[in-house]
Amino acid sequence: MRPMSMFARRLLYWISMAAGLVLAIVPLPSWLDPVRPDLALLAMIYFVLTSPRIAGLGYAWLSGLFLDVLRGMVLGQHALGFLVVGYLTHKLQLRMRMFPLVQQAVIVMLLLGLYHFLMFWIDGLTGHGFTGWVRWLPVLSGALLWPLVVALGDSLTRRSS
Amino acid sequence: MVELSHDSRPIIGRGPPLTAYFLTLAALSVGLMVADQRYHQIDRIRETLSTVVYPVQRAVDFPFRATDWVTGSFADRSRLRQENLELTARLRLANLQLQRFAVLEEENRRLRDMRANTAGIAEKVLVASILNVDLDPFRHRVLLDKGAVDGVFKGQAVLDGDGIFGQVSKVNAATAEVILISDAEHAIPVQSNRSGVRTIAVGTGDQNKLSLPFVTVESDLQQGDLLLSTGMGGVFPPGYPVAQVSKVKRAGSTFALVEAKPTAKLDQAREVLLVWFKARVEPAPATTPPPATPAPRAQAGGE
Repeated sequence: MRPMSMFARRLLYWISMAAGLVLAIVPLPSWLDPVRPDLALLAMIYFVLTSPRIAGLGYAWLSGLFLDVLRGMVLGQHALGFLVVGYLTHKLQLRMRMFPLVQQAVIVMLLLGLYHFLMFWIDGLTGHGFTGWVRWLPVLSGALLWPLVVALGDSLTRRSS
Repeated sequence: MVELSHDSRPIIGRGPPLTAYFLTLAALSVGLMVADQRYHQIDRIRETLSTVVYPVQRAVDFPFRATDWVTGSFADRSRLRQENLELTARLRLANLQLQRFAVLEEENRRLRDMRANTAGIAEKVLVASILNVDLDPFRHRVLLDKGAVDGVFKGQAVLDGDGIFGQVSKVNAATAEVILISDAEHAIPVQSNRSGVRTIAVGTGDQNKLSLPFVTVESDLQQGDLLLSTGMGGVFPPGYPVAQVSKVKRAGSTFALVEAKPTAKLDQAREVLLVWFKARVEPAPATTPPPATPAPRAQAGGE
């Protein structure tokens, strides 16, 4: 096992962010669209857990800001959501790293729930309120995808030599 | 399993404390949101950032465009021939109607000249294609590949071949966001082609349905009525089809339940038209009492 160089890690984070953002706007069939998991957010949580001293709050905030611009939302909306989730992950990291995968997924679900509640709240404040239950589906799909994100992230960062 | 990466730098003495950093960024986000909602100076920041993310949008759009191109290039001969025949037939029909249209347009122009009013006629159109990018599942917005560099402006009317499509809601350097008429936040003044009843068509969040909430039980609207844009408010050019009334239910005591289906192909259109036209100048409220003959004014009101 060979640790990646700092530069390679940084590069990986930015590439993953770009990939997450691409997946956030790639067209999906309309029935699948509301279920779209927040992969950029999941990737951010993963990196904050694995390398909290490289992928910090600035990284989280910028990912969110770019998402705002890409989706034409109020500037700062997703940025704030990403920031809050990143901060809580930072605070919980010592515990979360110890948890078995299922328990981690539950925490991730809570974080996603909080994130979507924030989005819902800001949507309401800015007058874009959509109140259907469908908007909470990404919380579930995101939590279900968490083990996959971990597996993918591990295989990317821990290359055996 | 999530594991801490190999990182041998000291933990303390790096950067600002986490909570302070968090609060600063949070305050910055809230500030941005407020500024974005209330003030328009922020548009410049958005424009700059949108230039940064433009390659991402293009990258997402590219495979879809490439597939279209490939399937288009390898289309078989019989299908092309079939398409060609159909298009020729449609063109013949359209030309036939156009002959009549030329006369009508000339007549219309003459009449408008008499009233010194040439407003409402599309002067310039620009074809824009819709980028294959999903913005938000709960809002009906699309992204066009034309932006400020092409002269697109906020509030510009967008049409497709069958009717009114929406209006530009945000302008970036090379792209523009369009809010569709079916978006729940959109409303457009319309007029029934048959009876001349004026009302407002509000989006419902369903691409096949507009709602007409301000129609009284007595008003003369029927299923199948074509609703045209009135041009009031100066956003949309007048006289273009918006929707067709699909359902009228006079159950309540004051307002009827009326729904209409947009004529534009909101979910299928790949290319749309950005329209420049001279908006009708709203007559300024006269400071002096109007002259004794109110007839011209009534005409102006009835278009």
